[in-house]
Amino acid sequence: MVVVSKNPIHSVLYLILTFFTLSGHYILLNAQFISIVNLIVYAGAIMVLFLFTIMFLNLKDDSFVGSRLLYHGGALLLVLTFAGILVVKLGGAQIDVAPEASFNSQIGMVENLGMTLFNKFLVPFELVSVLFLSAMVGGVMLGRKEKGERNF
Amino acid sequence: MEVYFFIAKAVIILLIFGVTLLIATYSTYAERKVAAFIQDRLGPNRAGPWGLLQPIADAGKMFFKEDFIPANASKWLFIAGPSIAMLTACMTSAVVPFGGSLDLSFLGIEELVPIQGIDINIGILFVFGLVSLGVYGVMIGGWASNNKFSLLGAIRAASQNISYELAMSLSIIAIIMMTGSLSISQIVADQDSFYKWNVWRQPIGFIIFITCAFAECNRTPFDLPECETELIGGYHTEYSSMKLGFYLFAEYINMFVSSAVISALYFGGYHFPGESLLAGVLPEGALGHNLLTLIGVGVFFSKILFFIFFFMWVRWTIARFRYDQLMNLGWKSLIPLSIANILVTGVVILLLNN
Repeated sequence: MVVVSKNPIHSVLYLILTFFTLSGHYILLNAQFISIVNLIVYAGAIMVLFLFTIMFLNLKDDSFVGSRLLYHGGALLLVLTFAGILVVKLGGAQIDVAPEASFNSQIGMVENLGMTLFNKFLVPFELVSVLFLSAMVGGVMLGRKEKGERNF
Repeated sequence: MEVYFFIAKAVIILLIFGVTLLIATYSTYAERKVAAFIQDRLGPNRAGPWGLLQPIADAGKMFFKEDFIPANASKWLFIAGPSIAMLTACMTSAVVPFGGSLDLSFLGIEELVPIQGIDINIGILFVFGLVSLGVYGVMIGGWASNNKFSLLGAIRAASQNISYELAMSLSIIAIIMMTGSLSISQIVADQDSFYKWNVWRQPIGFIIFITCAFAECNRTPFDLPECETELIGGYHTEYSSMKLGFYLFAEYINMFVSSAVISALYFGGYHFPGESLLAGVLPEGALGHNLLTLIGVGVFFSKILFFIFFFMWVRWTIARFRYDQLMNLGWKSLIPLSIANILVTGVVILLLNN
């Protein structure tokens, strides 16, 4: 539905719906924290900004540049490649089931998640935050007012 | 026995839901009375004694008005807007603990029944999630109306909510650090004596949080999305009948829920000064426990009502911000302030623990 909707606003709304179903899956996997963070960050913040931008666009203008055949052929090729990879990889895969005796039902809760994130994966976590910081600095640089420029 | 527990739980959930709606209904009446009091008028006094039936008369009027959908509006989204606003507003009160627990052993229920919809360990994040989804109601409604003013209102609502959500969650992090839990009932249980209320331990966090709560509820001084002098009616310009009613009603429910969250997070929830003294006086066993819980519920509701009054008081006292002032306040004052608050809290916690 995200892809086939003619109206970009509808696409965004379907994408939000997809995030909801994703959060439902996280809850089924017993990861409440990740599920709610997924909702807050993606559905609550990022998609609002998406909607925000798309609302400014002129929706009447649906000019289609280039040949339809090229687009559709390219899309078909991509889908087939991806499906082929999936079939090849998943065809021989075995589905692992967590052993019942040693399974910890609290594994997805906040405490355990924090412990893993800040002990085992501390360095990657900090690196990712530095990456975000540089992205933020870049964004601020781009949006900075030039000398003498007035916006209102 | 399990069955009785679920029945008791269901009754409590229905009661919470009903009380939420009732208080939101009468907030509309209280708002007009408070406005009248502040402006030295009488306020509604025709329907029923002291105008008490006014909200019901209003609802009746709303239902019987013509339900109009503009010709070029996107019909489904036009209906979805107010529905989403109402849905997210009603869902939030599920995780707020309205009182301690009831001892219903005379019904054969061994466990204590907490007066709370559900105690999930990510309670406060659940509230944030729903608050951040609440903006979709406004945005979808504003866009679907196919009207410049509605669209502008929707866009304002979106940018305002995004900006103030950040400061709001950052101000909460300090509390979470002190309590060590995301569950609201844990946070309330942590403030069991008067001097341990979070408002004394986190005064800056409290001020940031209440400011952001005003912004999230779209209340004056942050009611730019509906700003009638500039945008006619903002996002609900094209709405009529009960769809408009839903938008207005959702605002009052949000106000009730944010008052409840403020009193739970910063004012000790259902705890009150002298609670342990009173617990010593009351009879032992189930009766005393239940009485204490009920008094706690009463105290909690009086705190909530005070904050609802505070919301109204501010609305009729402070003028609306200009848009750039709103953005400057959010991004340049509140967010740095709350980050500094987190740092200071972290340092103090470390010093106290060593």
